[in-house]
Amino acid sequence: MRQLLRSAWVIGRRDFTATVFSKAFIFFLIGPLFPVLLGGLFGGIGAHVASQTEQPRVAVVAPAAEFEKLAAAHVRLTEAMDERRVIEIIGVVPSGDPQAQARDLLRSTERPVVAVLTGAPDEPQLTGAVDQGGAVAGQVAMLLDSAQSEARPLSVTTTQRSTGSETRSRTITAQTGQMILFFLTIILAGMTLSQLIEEKSNKVIEVLAAAVPIESIFVGKLFAMLATSLVGIVVWIAAGVAALSMFMAGGTASIPEPAVGTGAFVVLTVIYFAMNYLLLGSVFLSIGAQASTVREVQTLSMPVTVAQVLIFGFAALAVGSPNSGMAIGGALFPLSSPLVMVARAAEEPELWPHLLAILWQAAWIALVVFVSARLFRRTVLKSGPVKRRWWKRAAA
Amino acid sequence: MLRQPSRQSRPGECALEAKDLVKDFGDTRAVDGVSLAVPTGSIYGLLGPNGAGKTTTLRMLLGIIDPSSGSRSVLGRSRPIDAAPEIGYLPEERGLYPAMHCRDAIAFMGALRGLPLAEGRRRADELLAEHRLGDWARKPIRTLSKGMAQTVQLLGTIVHKPRLIVLDEPFAGLDAINQARLEELIRSEARGGVTVIFSTHVIAHAERLCERIAIIAKGRVAFEGAVDTARAKLRPIVRLRTRDEDGQWRSAIPDGARREGGEWVFELPASGPEPLLKALIDGGAGIETLAIERPGLHDAFVAIAGDAAAKAMAEETPQ
Repeated sequence: MRQLLRSAWVIGRRDFTATVFSKAFIFFLIGPLFPVLLGGLFGGIGAHVASQTEQPRVAVVAPAAEFEKLAAAHVRLTEAMDERRVIEIIGVVPSGDPQAQARDLLRSTERPVVAVLTGAPDEPQLTGAVDQGGAVAGQVAMLLDSAQSEARPLSVTTTQRSTGSETRSRTITAQTGQMILFFLTIILAGMTLSQLIEEKSNKVIEVLAAAVPIESIFVGKLFAMLATSLVGIVVWIAAGVAALSMFMAGGTASIPEPAVGTGAFVVLTVIYFAMNYLLLGSVFLSIGAQASTVREVQTLSMPVTVAQVLIFGFAALAVGSPNSGMAIGGALFPLSSPLVMVARAAEEPELWPHLLAILWQAAWIALVVFVSARLFRRTVLKSGPVKRRWWKRAAA
Repeated sequence: MLRQPSRQSRPGECALEAKDLVKDFGDTRAVDGVSLAVPTGSIYGLLGPNGAGKTTTLRMLLGIIDPSSGSRSVLGRSRPIDAAPEIGYLPEERGLYPAMHCRDAIAFMGALRGLPLAEGRRRADELLAEHRLGDWARKPIRTLSKGMAQTVQLLGTIVHKPRLIVLDEPFAGLDAINQARLEELIRSEARGGVTVIFSTHVIAHAERLCERIAIIAKGRVAFEGAVDTARAKLRPIVRLRTRDEDGQWRSAIPDGARREGGEWVFELPASGPEPLLKALIDGGAGIETLAIERPGLHDAFVAIAGDAAAKAMAEETPQ
């Protein structure tokens, strides 16, 4: 055992340093940040474009006193809503035939308007390129109502959260946790596989196999990639915290708190990620041991990837109902257990189910790693087309 | 930390033993009952054409693959992996990480065998300097020529000062100068008490280096023993040039003798050189030159493994 661990450490250390100090790792680190950066960039551009776009302008042909009431109502509306969504109003002093004045205003290019309101407050008439029941007509109607009544003071008592808002935010946290776990695991298991194939193709594997127990190659590679991914997670969390602090009011305090608490949730997410990765990574490595080319790997790993997607879908069904039969079944099934339990951490405050789940998953990992390592040992130094070997075996 | 083993040989012991090793790959039997005994401190050659089963035999001896049947013992251990820290192995298909620096590659190979990384780097610098590769210590493997990369891997094989060095086709791909350097390195390690076993299909290397050999053909050991014993399987060759073309002396020339460039060439009769000389002199042959040559390992190989195996080896040998 001591030799196995020492050898696994040597293999893992090399893999870890070779990966972390490579140029490809920089891309690996910034890869997940791209969607956030692009989202921020295009969001900013969109906001800028929106701010440049003028709101529909409505001319109000009314005496000054009447217009002032409407203007006061407009102020109340813009304070209550997003200002960019509220129409703009301009006051025009009545002069002669209201219909003719409305036509002139609609034709004017000096301060173009979409509609003209006349006859307020007794017989209001809106004329222009607007629909009955549309946003502009609706807002004009609200302004007329508001202008005719006194605003009653509203007493407000603020609470931290409501059950409704908390449930919703925790469901989102649960789904996000599952998504992160799933995609990160798939990416990293694929990376481990690529490394193994590279080693098989550049023949290093025989040097390793002659010097150390094959099981230690398996364990070393598995844990090296886990350590690599934890470096990535630390960087991404730090980047996320920095981005929140810079761009969101309230910084990290604005993130809805998961049921187990933020600190415990982060720890559990990292643990469940490790569990999920070790389970899937073991399976992928044993596949890699049988394949000798990237093409063979793609063919062999596709069923596992598809199965993983199905498991992800199954685990996603447990979100929102952490105590349902589906959720408990998902927590017991080893391959979906980490995904279901990370969602539970967001939705339920008890910690003891996590302790049980971690022990349960660890037992399965020990079993899967043991079986996969044996399979790895049997197949890693074989060469030749896999399909043919299978075909021959089946035919025999 | 690894306990560094003593490199002192223990005379009389076998560094490596195999008994009736068999390896089947599906329906194909690659190795069929190979038995070997490699004395401690010797240079031992595995001779045979490609596909004879040399690499599979070495892989089984090192524990890289398990035999289908038979047993093996390496440095006194039945599980070869237990002796790994005391073994250096250069596989036939060279394998190094292309992005790794030379000194790191050597140190890593040492670390795999239990040598602390810092010590491995220190020794790597020394070894690279000794082998005129000091300037390349901090350059990546992918920038080296094939011969240089092969040297780096060889240095990685010996950096942890093993008691047993196993080299699979070590001369393949090397030019004449590097082949000579490698031969010297093997001799130098053997002088230090290290056991060296290497496989080759080039008889000349085995002839120059080995004390004992195993000739493997079609997965079986056709001969195992000292090189002199292999040679002794053939009678010495007599090359005779005479002044007289014919005469009474011709009765001393055995049947089957052939003419080559004006010389008679034949196996020395079992009665030895003296009766032959007497008959030639008494018969008035007028001896101009007479040479009695010991047969080479190539001749012994042909006699043991057969002409087909020898031709296959000759075809594989680079000109």
